Amino acid sequence: MNKSRHEKLGLSDKQVLDMYETMLLARKLDERMWLLNRAGKIPFVISCQGHEAAQIGAAYALDKERDYILPYYRDMGVVLVFGMTPEELMLSAYAKADDPNSGGRQMPGHFGQRKNRIVTGSSPVSTQIPHAAGIALGAKLEGKNSVAFVTLGDGSTNQGDFHEGANFAAVHKLPVIIMVENNKYAISTPAEKQFACKNLSDRAVGYGMWGVTVDGTDPLAVYEAVRQAAMRARDGEGPSLVETVLHRITAHSSDDDDRSYRTRDEIEQARAMDPIASFRKYLFENGVLDERKDQEITDRVMKTVNNATEYAEKAPYAKPEDALKHVYYE
Amino acid sequence: MAVLSYIEAVNQAIREEMERDPRVFVLGEDVGRKGGVFKATQGLYERFGGERVIDTPLAESAIAGVGIGAAMYGMRPIAEMQFADFILPAVNQILSEAARIRYRSNNDWNCPIVIRAPYGGGIHGALYHSQSVEAIFANQPGLKIVMPSTPYDVKGLLKAAIRDEDPVLFFEHKKAYRLIKGEVPEGDYVLPIGKADIKREGEDITVITYGLCVHYALKAAEKLEEEGISVHLLDLRTVYPLDQEAIISAAAKTGKVLLVTEDNKEGSVMSEVSAVIAENCLFDLDAPIRRLAAPDVPAMPFAPTMENYFMISPEKIEQAMKDLAEF
Ligand SMILES: Cc1ncc(C[n+]2csc(CCOP(=O)(O)OP(=O)(O)O)c2C)c(N)n1
Repeated sequence: MNKSRHEKLGLSDKQVLDMYETMLLARKLDERMWLLNRAGKIPFVISCQGHEAAQIGAAYALDKERDYILPYYRDMGVVLVFGMTPEELMLSAYAKADDPNSGGRQMPGHFGQRKNRIVTGSSPVSTQIPHAAGIALGAKLEGKNSVAFVTLGDGSTNQGDFHEGANFAAVHKLPVIIMVENNKYAISTPAEKQFACKNLSDRAVGYGMWGVTVDGTDPLAVYEAVRQAAMRARDGEGPSLVETVLHRITAHSSDDDDRSYRTRDEIEQARAMDPIASFRKYLFENGVLDERKDQEITDRVMKTVNNATEYAEKAPYAKPEDALKHVYYE
Repeated sequence: MAVLSYIEAVNQAIREEMERDPRVFVLGEDVGRKGGVFKATQGLYERFGGERVIDTPLAESAIAGVGIGAAMYGMRPIAEMQFADFILPAVNQILSEAARIRYRSNNDWNCPIVIRAPYGGGIHGALYHSQSVEAIFANQPGLKIVMPSTPYDVKGLLKAAIRDEDPVLFFEHKKAYRLIKGEVPEGDYVLPIGKADIKREGEDITVITYGLCVHYALKAAEKLEEEGISVHLLDLRTVYPLDQEAIISAAAKTGKVLLVTEDNKEGSVMSEVSAVIAENCLFDLDAPIRRLAAPDVPAMPFAPTMENYFMISPEKIEQAMKDLAEF
C-alpha cells in the first residue's frame, strides 16, 4: 500500500490528528474573540484565521524543549503548540492580571512567555528579526543546539530590521529560521505594492541563505520546509527564509473593515481556501478522521474555548497602581 | 594606584568583566581586529577571540537588536556604536525594545545590555561626529544613561553597567579618551548607577554638570578660588534616571545654581535638572537657575572658529560662574 503524505514525513496518525485539533482550537478561540469583541467585551482582536496551517505545521517541526520562538501578532497557532494555554490566551484578550504575556499591559497578540521560550514582542513590526539572530548567537556561544524561529508578515519584510537581522544571521551562520506568512496584504496594501520580486524567498539568495516558498494552507508542506530549515540550522548551515503563501480570512484586525479594499468575491475565495477544511478533507481521505471523531474533536475544542472564556471573564484585572511596577529590576 | 587614561579605564573594565563572566561579549563595527576606531577594545580580540569580540556588519539596528536578543537569551552583551551620532538608526530597537522589555512582559523577560558610544565635540568632528545624544533617551523609563567624567568613575560605572539587570547606555566623551587621566585601583570595584558625585565642596555657588564639562568646571572653579569665590560642583554621572536627592541638596546648599551641558540648551538633560530644582528648592534659591549650554543650532560646525563658539570651555564656565556669584 502507498504511504500517505504524512507517513512519508514520519508523522503518525495521532500526530496529524493533534495538529488538526490545534488548528481547530486556534480557529475557534479566534472566532470567539471576534464575538467577544463585537459584544463589547474585549477591545481588540488580530486574527490567525487562514494562517493556522502554516503556524501549526511550522511549530510541529521545531523542538518544543529547546527552541526559541519569536512570533508576530497572528501566531496564536505557534504559541499554542509551544505551550501557551487557551486560558492564558483568553486572559490576554481580556487584558487580565494573570495574562502571562504582559499581565494585561500589551494588546493581545503581543506574545511572550519565558518558561516556554516565547520571546516577548512589541508592536513596531520586524524588530524581532535581529532579536532572533541575537538569541541564536547566545545559544551558539553557549554551545546549545537551539534554533530561533521568527515570523513576520509579507509587508513587514520591507523594514530595515528584516534586512539587518537576516544579513547578520547569514554572516554569522546562525541557527535562525525566518518564516514569512504571506497573506498578500499589509492591512489594505496588496503585495504588488510592497515588493517587486516574484517570491519573497528569492531574497534568500541575496543573503546567502537557503530559501523556499511553500503552500501555507498545507500544514504538511510547511512542516517539511521548516523541518528542513531546522535540520540545516542544527547542522551549522545557518539561517533559512521560508515563505508560506496563504490567505487572510478576516479583516486585518477588529478595527479594520476590508470591504473598502477587497471585493466580496475575493473574500469569499479566501474563505473557500480555508486550510482547516482542506486538512480535514485530507484526513478523511486518508482514513485518519471520520465524522464521529471529528465531532468528538470539535466538542472538545468548543468545551475548551467555553471554559477558557468563562475563566478569563471572571479573572481579575491588575490593580491600577500595578501600572507602576517592573520598570527596572527590583 | 595606576594612572590610566579615560579610554584605558574603558578597556580595563571590559577586559576584567570578560575575564570574570563568560557571558560577557563585545559586538560592534571594527571592534575586533582593529580594536575599535578609538581603540577602546584594543587587545580584546587577541585575548578572547572572534567569538566574543564580534566584528559586525555595518548596521546599527542589528548591533542593538542582536545584542538585545542575546541579552534576553541570558548573555551580557556590550554593543558599541562607533559614534553616538550613529546610534540613530538603532533608536527604535533601544526605545521600543530594550527600554520596554521588562515592563511589557510584566517582569518575565529582561534585557541586560550595555550600549557604549563615544559622544561629544571639540575634536573637529563637525556635525556628525560631535553630538551629544543623551536627551533623545533621557525620558525613557526602563533605560539608564551613564556619562562618567573620570577614569575612576569610568571603570566602576562600566562594570556596574555590565552587571546591571537592565539596559544601560554608556556615553563616553571622546575628547576625554586621551585628555583625561586619573588614578584607578587595580582591582575590582563597582560604583552605583543613579548616584551623582560631589567633585568639589564649596559655599558660594553650585555647578551641576557631567562628562567632559566636569573637568572644565573644575578648572574654572580653581580660578575663581583665587578670587575668593568658592564653588560646589556636582557631577551627575548618571543622567537618567537623575539623582534628585543629590541635585536638590547641592542646589539648596548655596542657593545659586549653574547648570552646564555641551548639548543644545533646549530640552537638554539640564532642562529636567532645572525643573527638579524649581519644583523643590523655591525657598532655597537666591538667584534664578542659570543654564550654560550649546546654542540651539542643529549640531557642531567644523571650522575651528565656529566649533569653539559652539563648545563649552573653562573660560565660558568661569564667566558664567562669576556672573552668577555677583547676582
Ligand atoms: C513599524 C510599524 N509601522 C506600522 C505599523 C502598523 N501596522 C501594523 S500591522 C501592519 C501591516 C503588516 O502587514 P504584514 O507584515 O503583511 O502582516 P499581516 O498583518 O498581513 O499578517 C501595519 C502597517 C506597525 N505596527 N509597525
